[in-house]
Amino acid sequence: MTKSSKPPKPGLSRRSFLGSSGAVGAAMGLAGSKAQAQDAPELAAQEQRHISLTVNGQRRTLGVEPRTTLVEALRDVLGLTGTKIGCNQGQCGACTVLLDGRRINSCLTLAVTADGADVVTVEGLADPTGNLHPMQQAFAENDAFQCGYCTPGQILSAIACIDEGHAGDAAEIREYMSGNLCRCGAYPNIVAAVEAVRDGQEG
Amino acid sequence: MRNFDYHRPTDIAAAIEAARADGAEILAGGTTMVDLMKIGVWEPQALVDITSLSELEGYDVGSDRITFGALARMAEVGDDDALKTAAPVLTESLWKAASPQLRHAARLGGNILQQTRCPYFRDTAYAQCNKRNPGSGCAALDGGETNLHAILGGSDACVAMYPGDFAQALVAFDAEVTTKGPGGARTIPFADLHVLPGDTPHIETILNRGEIVTGITVPVTGALKASHYLKARDRESYAFASASAAVGLDMDGDTVRDARIAIGGVAAVPWRARAAEDSLKGGPLTEETAREAGRIAFADAVPLEGSEYKIKLGADVVAGALMTAHARATGGE
Repeated sequence: MTKSSKPPKPGLSRRSFLGSSGAVGAAMGLAGSKAQAQDAPELAAQEQRHISLTVNGQRRTLGVEPRTTLVEALRDVLGLTGTKIGCNQGQCGACTVLLDGRRINSCLTLAVTADGADVVTVEGLADPTGNLHPMQQAFAENDAFQCGYCTPGQILSAIACIDEGHAGDAAEIREYMSGNLCRCGAYPNIVAAVEAVRDGQEG
Repeated sequence: MRNFDYHRPTDIAAAIEAARADGAEILAGGTTMVDLMKIGVWEPQALVDITSLSELEGYDVGSDRITFGALARMAEVGDDDALKTAAPVLTESLWKAASPQLRHAARLGGNILQQTRCPYFRDTAYAQCNKRNPGSGCAALDGGETNLHAILGGSDACVAMYPGDFAQALVAFDAEVTTKGPGGARTIPFADLHVLPGDTPHIETILNRGEIVTGITVPVTGALKASHYLKARDRESYAFASASAAVGLDMDGDTVRDARIAIGGVAAVPWRARAAEDSLKGGPLTEETAREAGRIAFADAVPLEGSEYKIKLGADVVAGALMTAHARATGGE
């Protein structure tokens, strides 16, 4: 991977700026944290790396800082805002995407580490003519959401849950969907949607 | 998040060289590292991403020993059917940890080094944390939140709890860790990897700067096949242990030939309960002896205000885990 002296791409949002601010810890004057970083000057913010991702089947190249997370790259650089930021610390699952076929929290994944990887987001699920993926259809038919904020992550996770063979019964679905929180409490209907797709009742 | 330099070496010599630099940290799955960087607890100058070191991937379930590459993923190992038969405590301690998304990202080498969940360590608004800021004091000692703190192995300087599950299975079954670093390769008994906090809680392992965990080996024993990981937590899934037990039994008829017990969610480091093991050897395994072993495991516990419950809960978890292991050892399950 090569360093680039190009200026940062415009369009990094206020959210990503705030989300990546490291000034808090430094301002607290904390000495002796693991890397003893407080004494050193912060690296120039414009130091960008060019990475290549295949996102929903399309090859994309983009410039990111090392600290840019994958969800920030998807939302703020590529404009794919279907993937949501919830807790932003790997607990709620709203940011779930498939990375080389595995479901992961894109808020805990640095975009530079995904260089060369294949990413599937909720935008990549429907077919080109607009027909919904069976899991999307099942979520709609089973009323598996209320506010919808967790839904993209739930759907990606649910697809992976079945692909991994962890949708044997309702208890197993609940266990293997436990990384996706729903504040509206749509869990029974989410389980029903996963069961429907598992049983081939959709699509 | 503070900015940092990023390296992704493709051979281990280059990785060691990059990782030995001041301010550099090793990155694998990143589920702990990125989290702690986001909240300002860790602020490395450089990350050395070792995930391109393909020789550290994979694992092998052999008849004499089970070996894991440091980059094997928690999900792939935790879901392995052959391993579940050979060593249920290893798969159970993995799939009962974290969430599927975290298990897909997290690697075993990083998992065993995962950080405490002490809320005072994780919140830089608290100036007092001897682990994060040596010599500053310990906010947890007079804090209100004690569910995630050690009642075994803590010190006056730090009561942070080691939160991992897999490590309990490794310490109970005499695992070894292999590493490569500036000083060459070495093999470390897993029980020696983590160090008690004492007066220096910021020193957490015996690993040297630039030393990379390359793999984990678990010898196959009779008790490993009849093993179990029982985890009690605040909710049924996706939570850290309030108390847990990694146990195994090798039975000679009605007599315990070998017993293994480690307890999680309660101690400063992965914690083997040898006195409890010894109390069982040479005798029968009954509910009574199992409960006595549980009590012995917590004989030296020093609870904090609010965490007294861990002593009874932990003893019950040890006893319950032993009963399941006994059923497995005697063909009852």
